[in-house]
Formats: sequence, C-alpha cells, structure tokens
Amino acid sequence: MNRLLLLGDEAVAQAAIDAGISGVYAYPGTPSTEITEYIQSSDKAQKENIHHAWSANEKTAMEAAMGMSFCGKRSMVCMKHVGVNVAADPFMNSSISGIVGGLLFVAADDPSMHSSQNEQDSRFYGRFAMIPILEPSSQQEAYDMAYFGFELSEQLGLPVMLRITTRLAHSRSGVVRREERAQNVLHFSEDPRQFVLLPVNARQRYKKLLAAQQEMQALSEASSFNVFTPGRDLSKGIIACGIAYNYLMENFPGGCPYPVLRIGQYPLPKAVIAEMLQTCEQLMVLEEGYPLVEEMIGGLLNQGNKVTGRLSGSLPRDGERNPDIVAAAFGLKTNKSYEKPEVVLPRPPALCQGCGHRDMYDALNAAISEYGDRARVFGDIGCYTLGYLPPFRALHACLDMGASITMAKGAADAGLEYAVAVIGDSTFTHSGMTSLLDAVYEQTAITVIISDNEVAAMTGGQDSPGSGRLEAICAGLGVEPEHIRSLVPLKKTHDEMVKVIKEEINYPGVSVIIPRRACIHTLKRKKTASNEN
Amino acid sequence: MKIDIILAGVGGQGILSIAAVIGEAALSQGLYMKQSEVHGMSQRGGDVQSNLRISDQAIHSDLIPTGKADLVLALEPMEALRYLSYLSAEGWLVSNSVPYVNIPNYPDQERLDAGFSEMKRKVILDVESIAREAGSVRAANMVLLGAASPFLKLDYSELEAAVRHIFGRKGESVVELNLKALSMGKAIAEQVFKS
Repeated sequence: MNRLLLLGDEAVAQAAIDAGISGVYAYPGTPSTEITEYIQSSDKAQKENIHHAWSANEKTAMEAAMGMSFCGKRSMVCMKHVGVNVAADPFMNSSISGIVGGLLFVAADDPSMHSSQNEQDSRFYGRFAMIPILEPSSQQEAYDMAYFGFELSEQLGLPVMLRITTRLAHSRSGVVRREERAQNVLHFSEDPRQFVLLPVNARQRYKKLLAAQQEMQALSEASSFNVFTPGRDLSKGIIACGIAYNYLMENFPGGCPYPVLRIGQYPLPKAVIAEMLQTCEQLMVLEEGYPLVEEMIGGLLNQGNKVTGRLSGSLPRDGERNPDIVAAAFGLKTNKSYEKPEVVLPRPPALCQGCGHRDMYDALNAAISEYGDRARVFGDIGCYTLGYLPPFRALHACLDMGASITMAKGAADAGLEYAVAVIGDSTFTHSGMTSLLDAVYEQTAITVIISDNEVAAMTGGQDSPGSGRLEAICAGLGVEPEHIRSLVPLKKTHDEMVKVIKEEINYPGVSVIIPRRACIHTLKRKKTASNEN
Repeated sequence: MKIDIILAGVGGQGILSIAAVIGEAALSQGLYMKQSEVHGMSQRGGDVQSNLRISDQAIHSDLIPTGKADLVLALEPMEALRYLSYLSAEGWLVSNSVPYVNIPNYPDQERLDAGFSEMKRKVILDVESIAREAGSVRAANMVLLGAASPFLKLDYSELEAAVRHIFGRKGESVVELNLKALSMGKAIAEQVFKS
C-alpha cells in the first residue's frame, strides 16, 4: 500500500481534501498552521476551487466556515488552542444552530507551551458546546478521524471537533489515503428557522442539541476509535486518551498487562468505563492536557481515590506527556547511560540578526529611557514578543492577540503618562483594530507602534490581510493623519526614529508609528523562489 | 531492526533536511518511521531537535525515551551534549565541532571538550570545512549525514537515491555537490570506526 509521509497536520489536511471540502478557513498559529498551508499548496485545491486564503482571525474563519456549511458544502476551520477563545462566540452558537454541510473544527493544543501563552485544553470547549470530539493517537488516525469527522458532522447535523496536540501536529509518519469524495452540491436547510438564533428559535434549537446527546453517546459507545483491550492484571485499569496511548505502549512493548481503554471519540463511552471501575482496583487516566477525563470519572470527591492521574499526583499536573513521565507513573526505571553535562546552557530563541524589529526596539528604548517608570511598553503576540528578552528588555506585558493597544489604553486611563503599544501588522488586523477604535473614541494618549514586516513571521511568513493598507485602516478608524508616521527601521534611520517616537509619545492623543521593513526570511524565500522559476 | 535518532542543532541550521533524506531512505526500504519536529518560536535561533524513529515494527511514541537513542546527530557541539542523556550505552554521537555562538555566555572550548571526554563512541568533525572542500558550505548537512551513515543500518545506496530525489529539482550540480559531501563525511566516520 502506498504510504504518504505526512505531518499530523498534513494528514488532517489531506483527509479534508479527500473528504470533499469546499473550503478551509484559518488564521495561522502554532501548531495548526501546516494544515492550511498543505491545502494551499495542493493542486486539487487550485483546480477544484477549494477556498484556502487566510482569514483575518479565528472568529472570522469560523463564521465563514459556517456560511459555507449553510450552503450545504463541507468546510474545515483550523486554529491553535488560544484561537478557540477568539472563535468562541460563533463556535458556541454553531452547536445551537447546527450545520448543513459537514463542518470540522480543528483545535491544535500546545501542552508545555512550546509556542504559546497557556496550555488550555480544547476538549473543554468541545464538551462546553456539547458536540463530539475526536482525538487521534497517530498520523493515520488523524487522517481517518478527519475523514470520518465530516460524515459524523452531517449525520448529527452538528459541528465536530478534532483535537490534536503539538507532538502529533508536528510529527511525520506514513499515512494511507481513502477514496476521494466529490464536493457537496449547493443546498440549504429545510428549516428556515435553523440559522436565525432569535430566542424563539434558539430555544427550540437548544432542545434539539440536548436531544442529540443520546445519539452522540450511542455513537461513542460503539465507536471503533474507542478500543478496549483486556488485561490479566486487574490491580489497575488504564484509560489512555489520544497520543497518551503511544507513551503507554512504548513502555509495554510486549503488551500491557493491565486492561486498557483507548479513547479517541467523546463523549466518553460510559458502559466500558463503568465495567472497568467494577473490575479494576484502580483506574489510571493518561491524557494530554488538563485532567478532563480524570475529573469526569472521579467526580468532585473521587471517593475511595479510585481514579488516578494528573489530579491525584500520579503524573505531573502540568506540561506535555512523554514516555519517561508515563514510565515513572508505573514505577518503571529509565536507563540513563550518560548525564547531560553542566556545560550545556539554555539557548533561548531570539530576533534574527538583520530583523527590522531589532532596529525598532533600539529606537524605542533610546526614545523612552529618560522617562523611567513614567513609561511602560505593552507587547503583543508575534516574533517581536522576543523584545522582552535581552539585549532589549523592552516589554512589560504580553497577554493575548491585540491586548497591547487596549492594555496601553487602560494604563493611560489609570494615569500612566507614557503608554506605548508594540504590535505586529498581522496581529493588528487580527485583533488590534477594535482596540485602536476604543482609544480613538476617547482620544486616549497612547502611542501604538505597528512593527510591520508585511507577513505573519513567527508562524512562517503567511500573508497578512492588512498588508499595504495599515495607514488607510488607521486613518479610517479616526487616527489623525498627521499622527500616523511611517518609517523604515534601519541602523541608519535610528536617529530619525528616536525623534519621531519622542514627538508622538508627547502628543496627548492617539498616535500610530509604522516602522515597515519586510521580514528577512520571507524576502530570502521569495528570492530563492524567483531564482528557481 | 530499529534505530532511534536524535537530530539536534540551532534553529535555522537545517537539521530537517537531514531528517528528510534519512526518512525517505527508510520509507523506500519499506520501514516504519515517525519523525517529530520543532516548529514555531524555537526556530528563531533557539535549540531545536528532531526525534527520528525507524523500525521494521510499528512505532508507538513519536518521542524517544531517555537512554534509548542509537544515535545523536548534531550540527552544533553544545546541542550534541544537550541530548546525551537520551543516548544508549551502545549509542554513537556524531557532531559538528564548530560552535554556533548566539548567546553571550557560550562555554569556552576547553569546557566544551570536557563534556565530550566521557564519550567513547563519537565522531566529531568540522562539517563546514569539509563541505567547503566538497564545493560549498551549504552541503554541511550532508557531510554530517555521511559521517552518520555507517551507524544508520540503512543501505548507503538508498541514502544516495534520497539525496538525488530531494535535491533533484535544484539541478544536477547541486545533487553532485551533496553526494560528494555525503561520501566525504562517510570516509571520515569509517576512519574513526577503524581506529
């Protein structure tokens, strides 16, 4: 059988193409980015007009996917875990309205925060919206579940969540494809009330969602993704969710002596868990993310302490799982032949040499140094967050996409004299525009630096919807044109930049400074691409 | 047959192109493989690694357990040392000797050498100089891969075929450069192996 070597992300993308999607909607975010990129570079997407352009943010992505589903076509929406917060409004309401064309909602979680500001577990969102969740343990399963997810979605008339984590998203393995399915034809819901969530309709829809729970439960009980393997040693029963199953089996190459239930489809199958609780002395839950399953089975009090896992202390409460952590939970020894020598030092990421953000931070630091504690700089999410680290040490905050501007505004409201926001071009159009409008509305004295490298650089150089339009957007939002200052951040423009920043931070209203120079990596890639063509 | 490899380096050095060649060679021999990569923030000059697992049996974990790696393959010496605890007692360490200094407190050469002193099974070589000799410093990755080839349990001809395939679209001269770099790395490892 012909196996394709695919990242977990790419396996999801290939499955969606094969399942006949008419569009993917997404905003780039590690570890989800490669799903959409794979579709963007697929011949079939070009030939068959599968939508694949980036969205401005996760909320617009989810809404557009719902629009496509409204027309009876299959759509996929992909994002990193914190993106689910941004999409939460349409996401939560999508289970009330339901769908027409199959809708797969892919949430890529990042336990251990390799490239994120928290490690929230998207399964809680799936449960919150009361929709099925699929959680693969391998690249093949990522493919199979994504393919199946669209069918399940159409069968139930609800969106389905596919939850993956960094390790699977960014690991490659062989994947066997299934048969290609044609795209759906355009058709609408038979119920004209379905998508109009006025209270009178929404109450009916919610009852429908509640009634669907029984069917979802029955499907989980019978699902081939929930696999029970009996074991001879009943001192423990193991419940392993998603890729945690791999770490379990890595430690028992000859087969696990305990009964094992592998979970790939939620809601949790009740019957088999009830039987394990009866027959096993203890249940150990292995799950990547928060202790969702452990808490559900153990309940608030976990009387008799029968259920163990992250909450009970059998496994660390935070961070990603790996074979060593799971070995320790079973009291198995790891054999170390060598120790990591003390001479090894941490090597944190840093802004690239030659990056325009560096010149921007040098100028900003020089401009505000004389103000000491009277000035604070609010950062945002992107490469430029690295401005917090030495040698710049330029940032005092970084909360979420767009928060730089609104936190600076709140700080100015609180009496901070020099409130500065640093935000990237893509992050600005993702979530900074409404923040800026708040500041314009009240004429708050803040200075916003939109450090523009013309791409979403941290995630690999994706297009930024605001490219070439930032000045017009700011002016349109009401920033006075004479306080929108565009610059080229270079060593030779340092003095000019310092002067402009000083002028604007002393202006008692909203100023926007736009240092603009293309990301050096994107520039290099473009040159290489044009040389090869 | 199984081989577990940790590839290590600094973001931007290009450890993933080494993984791509090994992966393709393994797949063309009908073997199972899993290869995890680091994407995202660390790629900006931070420490990066890739766990590459090849086997004739199905592979469970994407990550290699402590003490189980057969090979640590590094484009940077301090990054090689970072993963020593993953190396098995019989495992080999193959590393570039030239430091990539992008942190202010990078250890001096003497302390770095001391870190390697306990290791008996190792090949340390200046991949950049050898690559330059082969024709271009851009082939440094393939020198390192060549140096690792005697420990890979894969047919050398399959590695060559993978290099031809992966670099093929860049033209015959690029293919030849990388094949030359590969064989020069292999020759050095074989010398170490003999002595």
